[in-house]
Amino acid sequence: MTDRQRPTRRGGDKKEETESKQETTEDTTDVDDLDDLMDEIDSVLEENAEEFVKNYVQKGGE
Amino acid sequence: MAIHKVLGTETEFGIAAMTDPDFNPALASAAVVNSCPVPGVRVQWSHDEESPERDARSHGHEGFGVSDPQRALVNSVLTNGARLYVDHAHPEYSTPECYDPLEATLHDQAGVVVAHRSAVAATERIGHRLALYKNNSDGKGNSYGSHENYLLDRQTPFGTVIRYCLPFFVTRQIFTGSGKVGSENGRPDIDYQITQRADFFEEEVGLETTLKRPIVNTRDEPHGEPGRFRRLHVIIGDANLSDVQIYLKLGVTALFLAAMEDGAIPEPLDLADPVEACWRISHDIDLAEPVKLLDRGSATAVEIQMRYHEWLSDYAEGLDEAGQWRPVLDEWLSVLTDFEVDPDRTADRLDWVAKRTLVRAMIDRHGLDPQSAKLKTLDLQYHDVDPERSLHRRLLDRGRMRRLFTDEQIEAATLQPPERTRAYFRGETVRRFPDSVAAANWDALVLDTGERHLKRVPMMDPLRGNKSKTERLLDGAEDAAALIEALGGNE
Repeated sequence: MTDRQRPTRRGGDKKEETESKQETTEDTTDVDDLDDLMDEIDSVLEENAEEFVKNYVQKGGE
Repeated sequence: MAIHKVLGTETEFGIAAMTDPDFNPALASAAVVNSCPVPGVRVQWSHDEESPERDARSHGHEGFGVSDPQRALVNSVLTNGARLYVDHAHPEYSTPECYDPLEATLHDQAGVVVAHRSAVAATERIGHRLALYKNNSDGKGNSYGSHENYLLDRQTPFGTVIRYCLPFFVTRQIFTGSGKVGSENGRPDIDYQITQRADFFEEEVGLETTLKRPIVNTRDEPHGEPGRFRRLHVIIGDANLSDVQIYLKLGVTALFLAAMEDGAIPEPLDLADPVEACWRISHDIDLAEPVKLLDRGSATAVEIQMRYHEWLSDYAEGLDEAGQWRPVLDEWLSVLTDFEVDPDRTADRLDWVAKRTLVRAMIDRHGLDPQSAKLKTLDLQYHDVDPERSLHRRLLDRGRMRRLFTDEQIEAATLQPPERTRAYFRGETVRRFPDSVAAANWDALVLDTGERHLKRVPMMDPLRGNKSKTERLLDGAEDAAALIEALGGNE
């Protein structure tokens, strides 16, 4: 499968900071990552959600 | 001892054309199937042995399926032994017959790759972007299936299957669900639920798959010797994206069915009202509400599944292939114990929990109404087969969900058949002699050897026709005629 370019991480500085504080690294990284992920999702989500959802009608099957 | 649990899955993909105002789902589905770039042959699916309206509860052959010319024309058999075709208005992928749950999981995932490649090729052909979704509902009351198939012994009374499977199928939803924003089909309004399918189940038992859907489907098409085999057609599961979840769904169910056939499940655990329990469990995202048992008291789905886990662990210990079941039992127990602590702990394995994380984050971020169009879009797009658009894929790429296979392994499974079932013979014959395959079915191949009559090769036992039995014959045959000769000149 294709190798996709991932958007650059936001808050790189923040990450460096947390790396020095071992005990908080995991949680903070997770929150950062979820934040990044939601940025990415916002950018790939079909535009015009109303229209997209309205048009998605499936009939027949099984 | 229960017969070996050969198994496979069928996935109907949701389909949408993004820019085409004249979108016709049946035609678009046909374009997808006929554009499939993965090696295979486009042949007729011979229906002479198929009868989807035969009912497991009766002895006669009350009705036969009406043949649909579109189905016969738009049909491909791939070198991995799978089938890609159009079922009414959806592209559908049936995996080859697999030997064990892990292999079936791999082939289920290979189907997603085949579907995606075919959609890309069809998009180029028709000039409108075709999107496919591995989900089960359009959110407007229309559902399409993802079915599981397990080989059963014909000796097992179907009444036993019904009684034991009802509570098992209803309670396994807690780890078979892919999650859904909202409810449908007249069920109580809810913002988020565990499964895509539960709202659509209205009967305990029945033959239908498209209306008044039953928890236990009685379709009796063994796709093998009818005197020896039964194929249990399970229609109550969701289409899953997560490797671990597919493996759990198939593995736990296969082990459950083997134990049921061996009489190793001490109690059927009858529910007071399986149909109501079906949607209630799906709507209970905190996994806290007990459902009523027929005999005494009530229990939560987690508690009931814990009980099954205990019984099946004992059962598996005594089996020759105990090692095969250990990882299934371990994954199962880890999910159930995580559920008891906090369901969010399963977000790395279960689609419904992973998707819920995204839904919540989206609500927090944009202050959305919990059933807004944006969340429904997120719900749909979680299931997009296109890795560029799939939200599930985003979770994999960030290591937020566990995988059982690499992309390379899945890729290989789009080409290579399972080696321990008859899918090997089907797939290899298609690969070696594509021009000689005239028609196919699960339990037969029809070859055109250039002679006056077509040659039919019956494959009535799913475990025969495997690599160890047929590789030498295939290697020694220079063409289909020689292969027929080597097989003993079957008519």
